Amino acid sequence: MSRTRVVVTGLGATTPLGGDVPSTWEALLAGKSGARLLPEEMITSVNVKFAAMIAVEPVEVMKPVEIRRLDRSEQFAMIAAREAWADAGSPEVDHERLGVVIASGIGGVTTMLEQYDILRDKGARLVSPHTVPMLMPNGPAANVGLEFKAQAGVHTPVSACASGAEAIGYAMEMIRLGRADIVIAGGVEAAVHELPMAGFAAMKALSTRNDDPTKASRPYDKDRDGFVLGEGGGVVILESLEHAQARGATIYCELAGQGLTSDGYHIAAPDPSGSGVTRAVKFALRDSGVDLSEVVHLNAHATSTPAGDVAEANALTAALGEHMSHVAVSATKSMTGHLLGGAGAIESVFVVLAIKHRLAPPTINIENLDQAVKVDVVRDVPRPLPSGPIAAINDSFGFGGHNVVLIFKSFEA
Amino acid sequence: MALTQDVVLAGIRDIVVEVAGIDGAQVAMDKKFADDLEVDSLSMVEVIVAAEEKFSVKIPDDEVTKMTTVADAVNFIVANS
Repeated sequence: MSRTRVVVTGLGATTPLGGDVPSTWEALLAGKSGARLLPEEMITSVNVKFAAMIAVEPVEVMKPVEIRRLDRSEQFAMIAAREAWADAGSPEVDHERLGVVIASGIGGVTTMLEQYDILRDKGARLVSPHTVPMLMPNGPAANVGLEFKAQAGVHTPVSACASGAEAIGYAMEMIRLGRADIVIAGGVEAAVHELPMAGFAAMKALSTRNDDPTKASRPYDKDRDGFVLGEGGGVVILESLEHAQARGATIYCELAGQGLTSDGYHIAAPDPSGSGVTRAVKFALRDSGVDLSEVVHLNAHATSTPAGDVAEANALTAALGEHMSHVAVSATKSMTGHLLGGAGAIESVFVVLAIKHRLAPPTINIENLDQAVKVDVVRDVPRPLPSGPIAAINDSFGFGGHNVVLIFKSFEA
Repeated sequence: MALTQDVVLAGIRDIVVEVAGIDGAQVAMDKKFADDLEVDSLSMVEVIVAAEEKFSVKIPDDEVTKMTTVADAVNFIVANS
């Protein structure tokens, strides 16, 4: 019996570049940066004064009661899921066959901190009864599950900055295993707050280029000095091919496979050998059945940290060998910032669009390419991708040593 | 000085509009919080805390569990203000 094929039939996003997928994609192709200085009251003592905040505030597109009852991460999930569901044609579905897998790296951290302030200043009686549903990391998935009455299972894999990609892979497995026909999958993050920023800053993980925020996220540049925190999220609608065809859905592409490994090396530092990444890429290639020659594009994790970017590039080269020189590599965090648990999800959205439009998005802010980076980086302007059957990779890694690699390919009936 | 029913109803209406996001015109004495006004058990906690602040009354938990309709809440607050 042949394995169930899984296709992408809808996309949604809210990002530092735009409040939906079309505006985000347009800004991405134009090479725009979403990074900007934060209001002074948000940052008191951390030596990082900027981040990539969402382009369209949820209050502009949601009802006040939703803003009141949902954590910001949950608001992002609802916005992206609603767009993706509409993009998929708002299908009539058997709710017992509908699943949701939406991840977050950190969960409702701003809710926790705001409610702690209330507890400390005013006492327990005024702590909101919505506190726990708002701060729990499965809150984004749970609320989307309620909105669409998903009854096949609602899940939240948590693997730091690999969470969004892991969610999409988990959703694919739900369909392959026969647990669901259609799954709303993605990742979100809403952690632009001084406490998480202080934590990342203490790790020396954040760029401190306060005098030029739009130039701060610069993967592969020799003067990169850390990542730029971003917020937002992305959602894809995954379906079994049979379900999509039966309802006449428009198919973007196929999600062909995934590879998952862990480093077992360090809680935060990348394994310099890159073996975990290399193995994940190889597993994903095998799982997908994609021929190496079809792989033409890769959306890299590349967060703009000194150690991570080169370790990743070397690991990719080790996995793909000589063929790596034929792969157009895009580091879109140069524009979006790093959405942590949302990163793998919005970057999957970008890979799907790259396959659809046959266009690899640019990487901005490389003034002097780090000579240790041996991969073919798409710089400054988009690059056309070839016609015919093609495949593209999205790789994501998280603190804890999580490696997730997804392979999408153009849909061939 | 005891509060009038009209004053308390108007105050409860404002609270429910903010907590549940519904049209204030729907908030009438005979309406049920959960079934008619989208005030679920969590939001009911918000309504009660806000009402206690607004009317300077204490509403015990065992009274809250008996408050099904807007009238139940209004009458308790009027009687205990």
